[in-house]
Parts: sequence; C-alpha cells; structure tokens
Amino acid sequence: MLACGLAIFLLVMALLLAAFYRPANPSVDGRDESGTRVWMWGLGLGFPLVTLAALTGYGLSIGERLLPREAPDLVTVQAEARQWAWTFRYGENRVIATEGVLHIPAGRPVNVEITSTDVIHSFWVPRLAGKLDAIPGHVNVLRIEAARAGTYDGQSAEFSGRGYREHVFTVEAHDAASWATFLKEGTQ
Amino acid sequence: MTDARPSSVSQPRGKALRLHRGLARIWGSDQRFRGWLTTSNNNDIGTLFLIVATSFFVIGGILAMLIRTQLATPDSAFMAPQVYSQIFTMHGTVMMFLFAIPFFEAMSMLLLPGMLGTRDLAFPRLGAYGLWVYIFGGSAVIIAMLMGLAPDGGWFMYPPLSSAAFSPGIGADVWLLGITSIEVSAIATAIEVIVTVLRYRAAGMSLSRMPIFAWYILVVSVMILTAFPPMILGSLLLEVERALNWPFFKVENGGDPLLWQHLFWLFGHPEVYIIFLPAAGVIATILPVMARTNLLGYGWVVAAAVSLAVLSFGLWVHHMFTTGIPHIGLAFFSAASTLVAVPTSVMIFSWIGTLWKGRARMELPMLWIMGFFATFVIGGLTGVMLAVVPFNWQVHDTHFVVAHLHYVLIGGYVFPMVAAIYYFMPLLTGRTRFFKLGEVAFWLVVPSFHITFLSIHMAGLLGQRRRTWTYDADQGWTALNLVASVASFVMAIGFALIILDVAVNAFVAVRGRRNPWGAGTLEWAAAIPSPAYGFASIPIVQGRYPLHDDPDLALHIARGEGYLGDASRNRRETLIVSTARGEPSQVVVLPGNSVLPFLLALVTSTSFLAPLFDAYIVAGLALVGVVALALVWAWGLGARADEGHVDAGHGAKLPLASESPDPPGWWGSVFLLLADGVHFGSLLFGYAFLWTVAPNWPPHSYLQAQLWAVILALTGALALTAGPRLAVRAIATGGAVWPTIALGIVGALALAIAAASVILDRPDPASHAYDATLWLLAGHVGLHTFLSSIMLFYLAARGAAGYASPARIGEAGIVRLWADFTVATGLVALAAAWLPGAFA
Repeated sequence: MLACGLAIFLLVMALLLAAFYRPANPSVDGRDESGTRVWMWGLGLGFPLVTLAALTGYGLSIGERLLPREAPDLVTVQAEARQWAWTFRYGENRVIATEGVLHIPAGRPVNVEITSTDVIHSFWVPRLAGKLDAIPGHVNVLRIEAARAGTYDGQSAEFSGRGYREHVFTVEAHDAASWATFLKEGTQ
Repeated sequence: MTDARPSSVSQPRGKALRLHRGLARIWGSDQRFRGWLTTSNNNDIGTLFLIVATSFFVIGGILAMLIRTQLATPDSAFMAPQVYSQIFTMHGTVMMFLFAIPFFEAMSMLLLPGMLGTRDLAFPRLGAYGLWVYIFGGSAVIIAMLMGLAPDGGWFMYPPLSSAAFSPGIGADVWLLGITSIEVSAIATAIEVIVTVLRYRAAGMSLSRMPIFAWYILVVSVMILTAFPPMILGSLLLEVERALNWPFFKVENGGDPLLWQHLFWLFGHPEVYIIFLPAAGVIATILPVMARTNLLGYGWVVAAAVSLAVLSFGLWVHHMFTTGIPHIGLAFFSAASTLVAVPTSVMIFSWIGTLWKGRARMELPMLWIMGFFATFVIGGLTGVMLAVVPFNWQVHDTHFVVAHLHYVLIGGYVFPMVAAIYYFMPLLTGRTRFFKLGEVAFWLVVPSFHITFLSIHMAGLLGQRRRTWTYDADQGWTALNLVASVASFVMAIGFALIILDVAVNAFVAVRGRRNPWGAGTLEWAAAIPSPAYGFASIPIVQGRYPLHDDPDLALHIARGEGYLGDASRNRRETLIVSTARGEPSQVVVLPGNSVLPFLLALVTSTSFLAPLFDAYIVAGLALVGVVALALVWAWGLGARADEGHVDAGHGAKLPLASESPDPPGWWGSVFLLLADGVHFGSLLFGYAFLWTVAPNWPPHSYLQAQLWAVILALTGALALTAGPRLAVRAIATGGAVWPTIALGIVGALALAIAAASVILDRPDPASHAYDATLWLLAGHVGLHTFLSSIMLFYLAARGAAGYASPARIGEAGIVRLWADFTVATGLVALAAAWLPGAFA
C-alpha cells in the first residue's frame, strides 16, 4: 500500500514539474480543450477508479478474515472498561474475573465482548488485532488470536480524561496446560 | 491577455471622476471610529473578518506550539494532564471553528462581489451581523480558556465524557454555546453568499460563465446549510442533557452516546470538504492565470465539486469504524470513502492539465500551490489508506490520524489560502509586493511542515496515541517527537513571517498597477484597491473571461457604460439578474450603514452566553431583545409608495426588487428554511436512531394521541395554510387583510395547543429519551408557530402602515413561505409523536 502510494505521489509530482520544464507550446489558445481526453477521462476519472477498485477489494478481503466466525474451539471472554481500569471475566456465568490482565489460550480464536460502564474507551492490543470501542450500553465483539504463548501489551485508544495515558492492560496468552490450570484455579 | 493601463483611464476623467465621487459618497462608510460598528460594506466586513480570523489562527498556532513543547521530550513536566487536555481541545476547536471557516468566508466576502460584477453582497447587514456574532462567540471561548475554564474532552466532545457526570464545570458548556453561536454566524454568511451568487451578477453572466471560485463557494455554502444543522442539534441535545438532565446520551434512560457521534460526524465529515473546497476554488482561479491560459475542463471541475459535496455526506460513518458498525455497513462506507478520491483526482488532473496547456510561471502564489500539491497528494493517499478498514482499526486514534488530518488541512487549505493572500494582495491593498519575505517564508514553512508531520506519521505507526499528555523514554518515540517539535517551531516562524510580510506590504509597499497578473475575471476590472461601491457601473459580459474579451473593460465600467452607471437616485443600487441566464431582471436598493447588526449580534450572543453563568433571566430578556430588534431591523426597510419601473441604463426599465414577487429576502428565506428543515430532519433521524439502536427501548408506555388534539392540529394546519394565502390575495386585490391574518394566527395557535398537549401528557422529559424527544418535537412546533404568528402580526402592521401594495407583495410571500414550513414540519412532528402510540 505504501509503495503504491509513493508511486502515485511521484507520478503526480513528475507531471507537475514537467509542466514547467517543457518547451513552450507556440500555439497557445486558452479555449483549447483538446487535453480533456487524456487529462480528464484518462487520468482524472479512469486512473483512480481502477486503483481504488483494486484497493477496496483488497481491503474488504482482509477485513473478511478479521471477522468473528464460527469456530469449534472458540473461547469467549468479557472485557469491561471503566475510568481507568479493565476487568476481564471468563468461563461459564463469568465467574472468573481478573483486573488489568486478560488471560487467553494461545493458538485458539478468542472472542472479546467489549463494553464500558462509564465513558467510551477502546480495546486495543496492537500485536493481536485492531481496536474496537467500549461503549456503555453496547457490546462489541472483537476476534483475537495469539499465535504463541506470551505477554502482549494492550491499551485504551479513546480519550477518556485525566488517566487516559495510564489506561493500559496486558494480555497473557497461555499454552493449553497453563490455560486449563488458570480456569481450574479460577473456579475454585 | 492585456493589462489595463492606468494612462488610458485618464482621457475620460471628467465623467468617470464625477461618477466616482457620487458613488463614493453614497456607498461610503462612516469615517469616524464608530464607522467600524455601523458599516455593512463587504470590503470593511471582509477585512475585519480576515483580521479576526487571522488572530484566531495565531492563537491556535500558539496552542499548537504549547502542544509540541509538551511532547518534545519524554516524561515532560511542562504541563499537567488536565492542562494538556484543555490545550489540545482548544487547538482543534480554534483552528476548525474560529479560523478555517471564517477565513474563507472573509475571502468570499472580499472577492465575490468583484468576481460576479456586482457592488456588494445580497444582505450587507446580515453579513455585518454574522461578523459580530462570530467576534463575540469566538472571544467568549478564548476568554473562558484564559480563565482556565476551557473544555477538555477533545474537540469532538464525545459523551458520556462530555456529560455533566464526567465533565462538571462550564468548560463543555462554553464549547457548546460558543460553537453554536459561531455556526449561526456561518449560516448567516452562507445564505448571504448563496443569494449573491444566484442573483447578484453582472449582466449576461449566465451560470456557465461564472468564475469557478463562485461555483465552489456556492457549493460550499449549500453544504454549510446542510452540514451545520445536525451539529447544532447535537449541541442542543448535549447542552439540554447537561443543564436539564434530559437523557439523550444516557444509556440507563434510553439515550445512546453513539447518537452524538452520528450527529457530530454528519457535520464533521462534510466540514472537511467545506474547508477544502474553497481552497480548491482558489487554486482553480489562480493556477490558470499562473499558466497564462484558461482552466481545462471547467464543466468537469464544477461537476467534481458538486459530486464531492454530495459524496461527503455519505461518509460520516468512516470516523466511527471502530465503534462496532455491522460489517456490511463498514464495506459500504469503506467503498464510499475511497470513492471521494475520484472527484478530487478530476480536479487535480484538471489543474495539472491546465499547466501543461499553457505556459507556466513560478510566481509566489504558484510556489504555494506547488506546496499544496506536494502536501495534499500525500494527505489524500494516507486518507485512502485510512479508508481501508483493517488499516483503520490499527491506526485509529494514533498520531497517524493526527498527521493525516494536518496534511489535508494545512496542505489542502492553509497553503492555498496563503497563495490566495499573495495573489489577491494587489487587489485588496492596491499595492505591489516589494520585500521578498514571502519566498523565505515558503522555504521555512513547507519543508519544516513535512519534517514535522512525517515524523508524527511515523510515531503514530509506532503506536503513539493521540491525546496522551506524555510518553516514556523507552517507548521509542523520543527522537521522532523531538524532530517534530523543532521543525514545528521553524514552521511557526515561517507563518509569523507571512503575517508580518502581508502587514508590512499592506501599508508601505509601492502602489501597483491594475491587474498585475493578467487575469481575465471581473474582480480585476475594478479600481484598486476596490472602492466601497465596487464597480462604477455593472459590467456587461459575454464570456467567462471578460477582461480577455475586452481589454478596455475597466475603462467602460469606470465611465458608467454598464448598467446603473448613474448616481443621481442617491441610493445604493445594484443589479439582480435571472438565476440561470444572467439577464438583468430587477434593481435592488441595498440598506445603508446601521448599528442594528451590531446590536442584534450583541443580544444574540448574550442569549447564548448568559446560560453559562446560570443567568437564565438575562438570557430570556436577550431573546426578547432579539425578536424586538429583528422587527425594528425589518421595519426600517421597504417603501410606502410604488415607484414603478426604474431606468437601469441601456434602455432597460426594471422593477425594483421590493416591487417584485421574489425579492432577495424571499430567496434568503428559502435557504434559511433549508437549514431549518435539515435541523428538523436531524431530530427525526435522532428519534429513529434511538428507537432502533439505543438499549432500553421501547419506553414503558407510549403517548396516546387525544382525538381533540388531532382535530385541533389538522384544523390549525388548514387555517395556517389558508390565512397567508388569502392575505397575499387580499393585498394583491386591495381587499381586507386583517381577517386573513387573524385566520392564520388562530391556526398557528391551534397547532401550538396541539403541540402543548404532547408536553402536558408526558410531564417528565428527564425520565426517558423518548419523553425528551417528544418535548423537542413539540418545542419545534411551538417555536415555529410563534415565529409565524409574529410574522403575521408584522405583515398586518406593515399593511396598515402603507408598506404593502399589489406591487410590494414580496413580504407577504415570505410570510406565506414560513407559514407553509411551519405547517409541513409541524404536522410531521406531531405525527412522529402520535403514531407510535396509535400502532403500539
């Protein structure tokens, strides 16, 4: 995407500068509209339509893959934001709860049900997925998946007042064994 | 391409000079200091607008420098987080509302009459009113900031963070009321500009011969009328929630914070194009002159501007990609967001094609346009990246977005406006630039701009979130931020140089010759600097570039050889043409200097600002003052006797606008009602949105319509429709007017009572968003029936005082228009209130 952008930028600048270093056209008539076919139909209309169609298709297909989809080994957790902390709940009836640390199994798809109890926040773990807002009265579902076990940094990404900068959390991705332990210890 | 030589004007000096003296006396403003308060001349108002907007730009720039100082180093102790929140909120607010929009309004006020070949704008006093409302509202916002009472929730003020529970104090109220008053000013100016472009032009200037800048400003002004009302409604809802606890955004009581986001971005996205399109108009005006040719693809560019405007209203959701919009919605808005690149691309390539067609020269305005191209194309490309949803989910609310919007706004707006200032300076000041500070400033501003915001792009990609007041040294953003801060200070020095350069040149540079660039449009045919009356006679044009068609046009105009080249009637006259073809159709007499706009602005602003200090009685008195002064204002216009057709020159006998069925006031009302209708439509949208999306709906019970109220509403509507119609007929035939007025007023009263029944049945608007919405619907009916009644009374009084006649029927037509709007929206509002209960 960056390379394409750069190429378009260079093309436009080259065309622009060429206008100044071109030998002067001897028959200058302001009413001459013969350039319309190339400049308007070709570059003005055709060029962006083709590039944008490609880009939008690409974006939608990527977006499709990020959608929460049916999966047999799906895990669902709940993320509840407030000024300026995060509570995560797990298991049936959401009996297990943790503060500031989200525990997930590695290598399995996880649905995070995101909501807020006060103002609008946003759930964002840059290395796992894009962000999704936590809005009071609404539950937004974000699909994340950690390829391997480890710790990932997460943060709020919607301005929420004084403590916004410190409104962070971590994601702890467990391997199968330690995930089972986490669930077992939590229910006791 | 020919320059009008000053020497050639000297031969017929006698006639031209007499005409100049006569017109200068008629059109001149009071030369004493109080003249600044009473003037309504577009040159004066435009200049004041420009100076005030530039002052706000300086204030916003200082705030930006404070932000960059804070972010220059990690763990900075320069500002506390609470202060930093106020600073960045105010930076965005000042730049968007107090600088960007007023600045191009100032440019249009200064330039449009000249470009269109008319003597002033359509409603000079309305322009003055808009100026003063802007000054009062803007100053109040700045003063509040200096007192430490600024809003601190970010310039888009998302509730619940901006609700009373999380933002106590008056900071958010300052924002809501201050910004609303500025939007009132913008709407006033937009109406003035639309009517000017549609009706006040040179003879023979059909729509297709209009200068391209006028097209752009016409499109932008219509956008202002359709984009600002949702924001005004949003501000109203939030202010009412904060002050009276009506729960529009409170989830527990059936509100929804997402409603604010929809209303805000319904305004906020078109706003981006409202800011960009005037700059594009400036480029399309200047660039062909710099290339010594005509714009390539005029029709294409007009079509592109119109389609950009239309598309921009379909895009608001792309600011809300991370709020959990359904996937199909995302796909639609993502595609639509990328689609706006098409008309933009049409414009860009029309301009490059124009450069190729002609012989380009690199004067200072052109240099700034080159700066625009380099910057805006990058901004557009990062914008297309942002329209791609997966990418958006990663960089939303990081510094990447901050950098993107600065590329678009500074590159796409500020750089072209600097080009415009330098290009039009000879016209506005009558002087030729003489120091070379402008070139130095360019090479300070543009490179340092790119260093600043490329660094900020990078910091955003590395995860730096916007609106965080500082960062840690180990986050890896230290070097980027330091570079951005240093470069931003260089940029600030560059902007300071530009302001200094313009100020110095305006006062001490040498007198310049007319039309130094060899442009073909009419503004360069007036004397420079433009006299108060603009043109000594209204030009007659046969093409898009009249000065190229007739190099001696300036001379003909000065000699009074156009229309209305005669000062003997001793009043401010200008020409009204037919909208499409530009044929002379009316002569309009513009009002003279008056202190009324200033006073009305004062009471209007008081009514907006008094509630901040809980001075509700003062606010109420101010509202009474608004109505009273508006009536005094209107009463002072018009005539008590028919004058018949007047001689406009060239053998044309034209009716006066005040003796035409569609005077400018009628057109102005049509466009004001367009804005009003959009406002009402936004309210219905909010109602439907809450109903379908908000949690805790439906409400416990529905309003049950009373049969008597329904019958009353229908009869009232009938009477209010018939009354003004019969009044128009009575005035036209000389019949009795009073009974028809009484019929209309009784109808308005009946409608108002029907609306009151809604309120009486649901006495607690704080209990649920449903009830609060019903109160607003009823309030809409109440307000408009009140306005209609006042107008009907006024019409009767005017008739009694001799201000109406079969010829002078225009005012009655205006009243009929307002009554019809009241009936139509009133019935819809009551239906929206009653129908759910009838079907539940």
